Amino acid sequence: MAKRGDVVIDIEKCKGCEVCISACPQEVLALAPQVNNKGYHYAIKVNSDCTGCANCAIVCPDAVITVYREK
Amino acid sequence: MAENLINPENLVYKKTDVLTDRIMHYCPGCGHGTAHRILAEVIDEMGIQNETIGVAPVGCSVLAYYYFNVDMQEAAHGRAPAVATGIKRVFPEKFVFTYQGDGDLAAIGTAETIHACNRGENILVVFVNNGIYGMTGGQMAPTTLVGMKSSTSPFGRDTKTMGAPLKITELIAQLPGTYFVTRQSVHKPGNVRKAKKAIRKAMEYQKLNKGTCFVEIVANCPSNWKMTPVQSNKWMEENMFPFYPLGDIKVPEEK
Repeated sequence: MAKRGDVVIDIEKCKGCEVCISACPQEVLALAPQVNNKGYHYAIKVNSDCTGCANCAIVCPDAVITVYREK
Repeated sequence: MAENLINPENLVYKKTDVLTDRIMHYCPGCGHGTAHRILAEVIDEMGIQNETIGVAPVGCSVLAYYYFNVDMQEAAHGRAPAVATGIKRVFPEKFVFTYQGDGDLAAIGTAETIHACNRGENILVVFVNNGIYGMTGGQMAPTTLVGMKSSTSPFGRDTKTMGAPLKITELIAQLPGTYFVTRQSVHKPGNVRKAKKAIRKAMEYQKLNKGTCFVEIVANCPSNWKMTPVQSNKWMEENMFPFYPLGDIKVPEEK
């Protein structure tokens, strides 16, 4: 079984560009229906299939994603 | 159950400290942010934060000095390679990079760029090419593709009156002063990793004092191309990459 991972998103810095959503192979991310203080729909985790591959964080233009993966 | 993963020993990726915490002014999905980040990560991984001096251009990335946590100098429009030449000659042991867009490097700064590369100054030039003048409202740049619409070419670029797009990277690769010339992109995880490796190589070549290293990053401009970020990345793959093919253009000969 693939290793479990988790992501932490800094929602106030997220601009909702969706690049991370298209980069995620597990379809873990989606845009939230709510907006942050700047008025952007931010990325959120919608399921627990994350494997900690860090693809989302690597393409994020605003460096808002921190990735964890079990050792 | 997922909470127990979030502790420092499981960390695999976090924002590098070479980038400041300031929120970038770039539009959502802009390739500039990713280009900034990989450059900062290379500086962090090489442990040269205290020995790096950056030169910021004029254009969308004019505020780059707010985002890089290294010494930065702002240059007049297009003159970043000339300013970097001065800095490198005064501090030959420092790592000097310029970060420029296509309007800055390929239009107003063509002379400075070509002569700095021709002299073989030991600097790294990071060139972000999105084929348009982003900051000023999407005017046609020298790198705008044939037929591409911009605010000053509303019917598409016509080569009869506006000339053909300038492949400045290929032009620079012809100069004897350049040591490493490559073209990369930052729209997909694999491309970001490759671009980061290229920047890492270029930074390491700077220690050898062999000549200018030039890294072009083909990027998107969702706002001025009038697309969503994901659409603009797809459009870039379909239209920009056939004209600006990715890959190394000039690599040092292996001994």
